[in-house]
Amino acid sequence: MITLHVNGQAQSFDGDPSMPVLWYLRDVLGLTGTKFGCGVAACGACTIHLDGDATRSCVTAMSDANGKSVTTIEGLDPEGNHPVQTAWRALNVPQCGYCQAGQIMQAAALLKQTPHPTDADIDSTMDGNICRCGTYHRIRAAIKQAAGA
Amino acid sequence: MINHIREIVSASGIENVSRRGILKGILSTTGLVLAVHVMPSGPALADDAPKWGAQGMPHGTVNNPLAFVSVAPDGTVTIVCHRSDMGQGVRTGMPLIVADEMEADWAKVKVAQAPGDEVKYGNQDTDGSRSTRHFFMPMRQVGAAARMMLEAAAAKRWGVDVSDVEAKNHEVIQKSTGKKLGYGELAADASTMGVPSNVSLEKTGAATPVSLPLKDPSQFRYIGKEGTNIVDAFDITTGRAKYGQDVRLPGTKYAVIARPAVMGGKVASYDATDAKKVPGVVQIVEMPTPSFPMKFQPSGGIAIIADNTWAAIQGRKALKITWDDGPHGTYDSQAYRAEMEATARQPGKILRSDGDFAAAYASADKKVEAEYYIPHNAHATMEPPSATCHIVDGKAEVWTSVQSPQAAHDMVAAYLALPPENVTVNVTLLGGGFGRKSKPDFAAEAALCSKAMGGAPVKVVWTREDDIHNDFYHTVSVERLEAGLDKDGHVVAWRHNSVAPTIFALFMADPKHEAPLEQGMGLVDMPFDVKNVSIENGEAEAHTKVGWWRSVSNVPHGFAIQSFVAELAAAAGKDQKEFLLDLIGPARILDVPQKVKGFWDYGENPEVYPIDTGRLRNVVELVTEKAGWGKREVPKGHGLGLAVHRSFVSYVAAVIEAAVDEKGNVTVPRVDIAVDCGPIVNPDRVRSQFEGAVVMGLGVGLLNEISFKEGRVQQSNLDDYFVLRISDAPRETHVYITPHGYDMPMGGVGEPGVPPVAPALMNAIFAASGKRIRSLPLGQQLASKA
Repeated sequence: MITLHVNGQAQSFDGDPSMPVLWYLRDVLGLTGTKFGCGVAACGACTIHLDGDATRSCVTAMSDANGKSVTTIEGLDPEGNHPVQTAWRALNVPQCGYCQAGQIMQAAALLKQTPHPTDADIDSTMDGNICRCGTYHRIRAAIKQAAGA
Repeated sequence: MINHIREIVSASGIENVSRRGILKGILSTTGLVLAVHVMPSGPALADDAPKWGAQGMPHGTVNNPLAFVSVAPDGTVTIVCHRSDMGQGVRTGMPLIVADEMEADWAKVKVAQAPGDEVKYGNQDTDGSRSTRHFFMPMRQVGAAARMMLEAAAAKRWGVDVSDVEAKNHEVIQKSTGKKLGYGELAADASTMGVPSNVSLEKTGAATPVSLPLKDPSQFRYIGKEGTNIVDAFDITTGRAKYGQDVRLPGTKYAVIARPAVMGGKVASYDATDAKKVPGVVQIVEMPTPSFPMKFQPSGGIAIIADNTWAAIQGRKALKITWDDGPHGTYDSQAYRAEMEATARQPGKILRSDGDFAAAYASADKKVEAEYYIPHNAHATMEPPSATCHIVDGKAEVWTSVQSPQAAHDMVAAYLALPPENVTVNVTLLGGGFGRKSKPDFAAEAALCSKAMGGAPVKVVWTREDDIHNDFYHTVSVERLEAGLDKDGHVVAWRHNSVAPTIFALFMADPKHEAPLEQGMGLVDMPFDVKNVSIENGEAEAHTKVGWWRSVSNVPHGFAIQSFVAELAAAAGKDQKEFLLDLIGPARILDVPQKVKGFWDYGENPEVYPIDTGRLRNVVELVTEKAGWGKREVPKGHGLGLAVHRSFVSYVAAVIEAAVDEKGNVTVPRVDIAVDCGPIVNPDRVRSQFEGAVVMGLGVGLLNEISFKEGRVQQSNLDDYFVLRISDAPRETHVYITPHGYDMPMGGVGEPGVPPVAPALMNAIFAASGKRIRSLPLGQQLASKA
C-alpha cells in the first residue's frame, strides 16, 4: 500500500506501484490539470511538485511517491492566485493552454528557489517545458513580473 | 490547414467556378466592401454562380441571434462560439464581436461552446485562417439583431416607439426620459419579440439582410481595442480547463491502439494472450482496416481497453502483432529525395507561363539555380489526439478536441451506423491543432471502442509515439529555381519547378500533381515583376498520409522563393531589401487570377481580395524600417535576413537577426515581423499568433524533421523529433500590425506568420556566415562543417 499526500489530502493506493504518478492523478483521482504530453520527461506538461521540487510525473512511479507530498496545479494556490498564475493572466501568456499548467508549476518552483532569476536562469530552468504555440517570450516576461511581485 | 474533405471535393471543381466570377465581374470592390463581402446582390447567387469565402464553405454562415445569444434574468449574456479554440483565441474574439455589436458589457458575458451542428451555426471547419475573416459580419449581425430585440422589448414595456430607445452598455435607455432597463430585466420579453424580420434564419446568402443597423466602427467598444483578456485564462492557469484528453465520465475505460506503422499496412496476425493478463486490461478490439483512399479513416490495428491509461499502455506492450506493410513498406526519405531532385531537374507540368522563359534564360548575362529541400514535419500538438464516446439507447455522445466537429459527427454516425440526429459531438478546448485536429480519425476510434464495450464510455488516448508515428504529415518537397539576370542585375527569367506529394492522395487514387489549393499557396501566385516566367510542377507519389500543417504548401514555396531572392541579390551584388522591392516592382494588382487556369486564392473572390503588390511592398518597408535595416549595427558573426510572403490573403514580412558562432551554433537574438491582415478584432491575440508563428517557423528552419525508412517514421517522441524550446526562442520578438479601418475585408491571422520565418532565418545565417542553407532543417549542417 502506497500512501501519499496530494494537495494536502492523505491518499492511499494499492494498484501497480510502477504506474506513473501522472496516470494516478489523472485517471484515478481525476486531477486532470496535470497534463500528458510525452510520457518520457521530454516536454514538461506533466510537471508537479514532489516534496516541493518540480518533478515530471510521467516518469515518476507511484512507489517513488510513497510517503511524499504531491502538489498539482489544482493545489498550487487555493484561490488560483499564486503570483505566477496572476502574472500569466496579466500578460495573456496562454494560447492553447495545454502546456501552461506544467510551465506554471516549473516557474513556481524556479521562483521558490531563485526569487529573482536572470534570463539565463529562466531559459535553463524552463528549457524542459515545450510550448508548441510558442508563448516563450511571454513566459519569460511573466516569470519576471511574478518575481517582481 | 485548409479544410476537410467536403471542401476538398468542391475545390477539385474550382476550375469551373473561379473563371466565371472574374468574367462576370459581379462583385464590386468599391463602396462598403464588408457589406459586399457577405451581402452579394441577388443575381450574384444564381445556382451556378461561384460561391466565395464563407459561402463556398459547407453550410456557409448563420446569423440567427437565437442560435448564438441568450440573456439570463440576472443579466448574464451567454454567447455561443461555434469555432474550435486551439490557441488562436477564437473563443474570446468571436463572442467579443457579438458583445460589442449588441452593446453587452463584456464583464457580464459567458462563452458557451457549440457542438458540431453546422445547420444551426454555419460552417465549423476551424482551419484555413478564416474564422474571423468569415464570421466577422455574421457575428455583427447576430449582435445587432439581439440588440434590436432588447430595444423592442423595452419600447413595448414603456409603450413608446422603438426610435425613442437605445441600447447602451447592457441597458436600454429611453432617450426622451433617461429611463433605463437592464438586459436581464428585458430578457424574458426580448425572447418573445421575434427575430427582426430582415434577419435570415437560414444561411446568409441571397436572402441575407441588407438593412440591419450595424454600429459605426467608431463606436466599437471592444473590437480593435486593447485590454481584452482571454476568456479561458483563469481555467487554464488553474488546471480547470478541459481538453479532449481530460474528459472523464463515470465508469470511463481507457483505450490505446496499436496502429500499423506504414500507411496502408494491416494486422496479419496477432496474439493477445499476454496482453489479456495485464492487470486492468478489460478488452481487446480489432479495429477495421481502412479502405482506399484513406481519407480521414482510422488506420486500423488492435485496441487495448483497460481501467486506466497506464494499464492500456502496458497491455499494448504485451501484444504480439505481425504486420502486413502493404505497398508503402519501402518508403525511404533519402531515396525519395533523390527521386524528387531528379524529377525537379526535368520539365514539369506547366502551371503558369509568361513570355518566353527558355529564350530569356538562354540569353541572360548571369544564370543562378538552386534546389531547396523541405522535409516532412509532424504537428506534435501539445495535446496528443484524444476522444471519448458514450453510447446509450442508440444515441452516441462524443467529447473531443477537433477542429472539425461536423466532420467528426458525420464520421461517428457512419462508423456506428446511427442516424445523424442520434450523434452529438461536443468540442472541448484543443491543446493545439495546426491542422492535425481537422482530421477526426480519433473520434471514430472512440466510437468503435465504445461500441465494442456495449456503449460504455471509452476514452481513446494517443500517446506521443502514436502521434509522431501516425500523423497526417506536412508534405515533403524539392523546389528547384532558376533565374537569369541581365547585366544590371535585374531578373529577366524565372523558373520554378515544385515537386511534392499532394494532400489529395488522401482522397483519390494516385494523384501526381499538387492540387490548385497547393499551387495557390505561393507557387503560381509568385508576385514578382518578371516578364519571362515558367512555373512548373513535377510528378510525385505519396507514400504516407500527407495533410495540412499550419500554412501548408506556403512553407516550402515561401522558403524556396524567398531564399532564392536573397541568393539572386547576392549574385547581383545588391542589398536584399532593395533587390526584393525592385523584383516585386511597382504597386499593382496582379493578374494571376486571370492568367492561371483554376487559380485558387484561399477560396476568396479575387475581386474582393486582389493580390496587391502595394501591400506586399508596404510590409517590407514597415519591417525593414522598424528593424533598422541598413542602419542597425550588429555584432560580428551576426547578420540580418529578410523575407516576405502573402498567404491566407494576408501579407507578412520578417527581418531576423541570426548569430553564428565559431562552432557553427546558431542563435536568434531578434525577430521583427510586420503583418497586413486587414482590420482586426483582438490586437493581443493577433500579436500572439505572430509571436507563436515566429517560434514555429524557427522550428521549421532549425529543427523539425520527420523521415521515413522502410515505410516507418524514424522519430518517436519529443526527444528525437525536435521542436523549439525556450532557450532557442528569440530574445526579442516585435510584431507590427498595419492599421486599417473596417471598410476593407479581413485576412487570415493564424497561419500567415509561419512562411516568411524560415527563409528570413536562412538569409540571416547567410549574412552572418556566408553559408547558404538550402536543406531544412539546419540541424547540424553548420556545426559539422565548422
